[in-house]
Amino acid sequence: MNNDVPVTSRRQVRRAAGAALGAVSLLALAACGNADPTPAASSSPAAFKPATQQAGSEITVWADAARVPGVQAYQKAHPDVKMKIVTYSGDANGANDLQTKVQLFDRTGSGWPDVAFSANVNDGSWASQGKTPYAAPVDKGLIPESTLSGFADGALNPCTFNGATYCLRNDLAQNVLWYNKSLMDKFGYSVPTTWEQYQALGAKVAKEHPGYLVGTAGDAWTPEVYFWASQCPASTTTGAKKVTVNLQDPKCTRMAKLLDGLIAKGSVSKDTVFSAGFIKNKASKVLMLPGPSWYGQVLFNSTFKIPKNRIAAAAPLKFGGDAKNYTGNVGGGLWFVSSHSKNLKAASDLVSWMTTSNSYQATAATYPAYKEAAVAWLANQKKTGYFAKDVSPVFQQAAELIWPGWSATQYSQEAIYSSTVIPALNSGKTLTDTLGTWQTAITDKAKSLGYTVN
Amino acid sequence: MTTHLANERGGRPSGRSARNPAGRAGYVFVSGYVLLLLAFGVLPTGYAVWLALSNSRNQLVGIGNFTRTFADYRFAPAFLHIGLYLLVWLASLMFLVVLLSLMLHGRMRRASSTLRFLFYLPGALAGVASVLLWLILLDPAASPVGWLLKDFGWNTLAQVNAPGHLPVLFTVIAFWTGAGGWIVVMYGALNNIPDEVLEAARIDGASTLQIALRIQIPMVTKWIAYMLILAFAAGTQLFVEPQLVSVASWGMIPDSWSPNQLSYQYAFQAGDFNGAAALSVDLLILGLACAALVVFRTGLFDRDE
Repeated sequence: MNNDVPVTSRRQVRRAAGAALGAVSLLALAACGNADPTPAASSSPAAFKPATQQAGSEITVWADAARVPGVQAYQKAHPDVKMKIVTYSGDANGANDLQTKVQLFDRTGSGWPDVAFSANVNDGSWASQGKTPYAAPVDKGLIPESTLSGFADGALNPCTFNGATYCLRNDLAQNVLWYNKSLMDKFGYSVPTTWEQYQALGAKVAKEHPGYLVGTAGDAWTPEVYFWASQCPASTTTGAKKVTVNLQDPKCTRMAKLLDGLIAKGSVSKDTVFSAGFIKNKASKVLMLPGPSWYGQVLFNSTFKIPKNRIAAAAPLKFGGDAKNYTGNVGGGLWFVSSHSKNLKAASDLVSWMTTSNSYQATAATYPAYKEAAVAWLANQKKTGYFAKDVSPVFQQAAELIWPGWSATQYSQEAIYSSTVIPALNSGKTLTDTLGTWQTAITDKAKSLGYTVN
Repeated sequence: MTTHLANERGGRPSGRSARNPAGRAGYVFVSGYVLLLLAFGVLPTGYAVWLALSNSRNQLVGIGNFTRTFADYRFAPAFLHIGLYLLVWLASLMFLVVLLSLMLHGRMRRASSTLRFLFYLPGALAGVASVLLWLILLDPAASPVGWLLKDFGWNTLAQVNAPGHLPVLFTVIAFWTGAGGWIVVMYGALNNIPDEVLEAARIDGASTLQIALRIQIPMVTKWIAYMLILAFAAGTQLFVEPQLVSVASWGMIPDSWSPNQLSYQYAFQAGDFNGAAALSVDLLILGLACAALVVFRTGLFDRDE
């Protein structure tokens, strides 16, 4: 090593580094503001001021691949509306592209899509917040009350914030009790109507037909299937950015104990229904499975390939001591109209058509949130002849039974359950053991997003 | 600085580039890189530093964003995760890359070009695509090496993805996608060692191991240092692997497993770009510190005269 050159250059490097460091630390010390992120001063729905409208201007529509054909059908039926259709992930499977992009558009001050579809039922919670919320309050003159009242009871709950409706619901994912009718008949079991009967039958199955399953606890949406139905206060918002989380409530622990018992006996799986292993080895051994309405076609028909005339749905289960049965909801897409849109009329019209028109919803993949469309959809389901029994009465009943105490939040209950509880279950812990850790995980996440937790 | 250096290096006349047309062409060649570096490297870094020191109302807040993110409940676990990962990843990268290139260089000269191509191939695929492949490989039910996973006692994806396995899993993925390029680089470095030196050593009775340890490795130290710096920086910025494996396992990996993911959560879930910038500046400082340490320890920038 020749020393004279490097020493000088080192000295210079050090000098330059020192100067840069000094400049940065000067900046760092020159503090005059508060580092807290912008307080979420949510503007009230009444403060919504539309952008200057340009009649007939082009609207940009963001939808996922499953919804784009519907948007194209609208375009065909309304050739005079200028539209630009963009296919994106639709925020399915935990993606948050819409929020990511809207955050960036908020910074640059342009680019928001006039209409956006999201498969994430929680997206209303951020789209309705902020200085200028992305979503326009659709019940403030954009969409008539007569249309809004045509949705199933509670269907618009995930859209309702600060007393206004910020989106329209595309579909419901009300949970029902799915069962394999052929297997139930073969084993001589009758379909349970209460959770107690379900538990007893689960124990019986484990003894008489080991390997057969009555449920799964390894799905990300386990909280929404079991704990929501049990009316567990895991996610009850009591005001803007105020949430109650209490997993030690008896209504949570009763469900945890029930599942723990059946997991130990082996009739409730710790796997998720969509894992390759489950599909290969367990799909034909599913005797009962509480789950969303879309399980019928999406899971049993397309994924498990269970033949026709075997699968049927029963009403959501009830706890013996409760006055009535409640159920939960797994997802359900939302349609937003942008508050920045220059053509609110065209945007609102598209959104109403997508959610309420029979010509699109009657043949959609999922149960329509709009009541009239749901009737047409159910008639179509009957025509497919897939189910062993008409699912219409059960679906319609369950649609009205969703417990209203479980609210949409800016964070995903599914992500928290997956990353906290499922690994614990797989390491041999019980749900009851994990309730404390789970509670902490929800509380921490909620606080990090500015919620007050009590 | 150039003139200063040139003068000191034995009084070569200054203004060399003016007389030497090749020197001017050099600037032209380098300009494209410099422009891109400014646009996509230096300017964003400057912007990140500014964001990290200010708040959303554009007021300077000093180190407020740093202390705020430091107190976040996810900060310590994220850096602990990445620390463990770096330990496993850097150790295995250094050891295996050097070992494989020495073997390619010494023992398998005939097959070496084919092998180098094979090693390099996964790295030539786009990073995300190669990670996607692992989503299948890691699921015991779908994986062609499912029997191997089952031998470890892992029968479901959930067991494979247990939190304790993650640093090793990500290392395996990163090694598979990234090490091939380094093997090629290291092989090139070994080629630079004059044959006479190796021959002389052999005549003096040095064994293959002694040649590797006493001659080859010391002579490619700078390349190893270079690899260490880049691998360290890339490793601290781990994002794609945990993010994709998380999607594939229905969220079994926390959404803020690595510091970069935490930064992403800050920016795009909480809309807190200043906090996100503070986290990325943390990573920048770590990367620079590692680079400085390695550069000054190994004399990477020293010139042999």
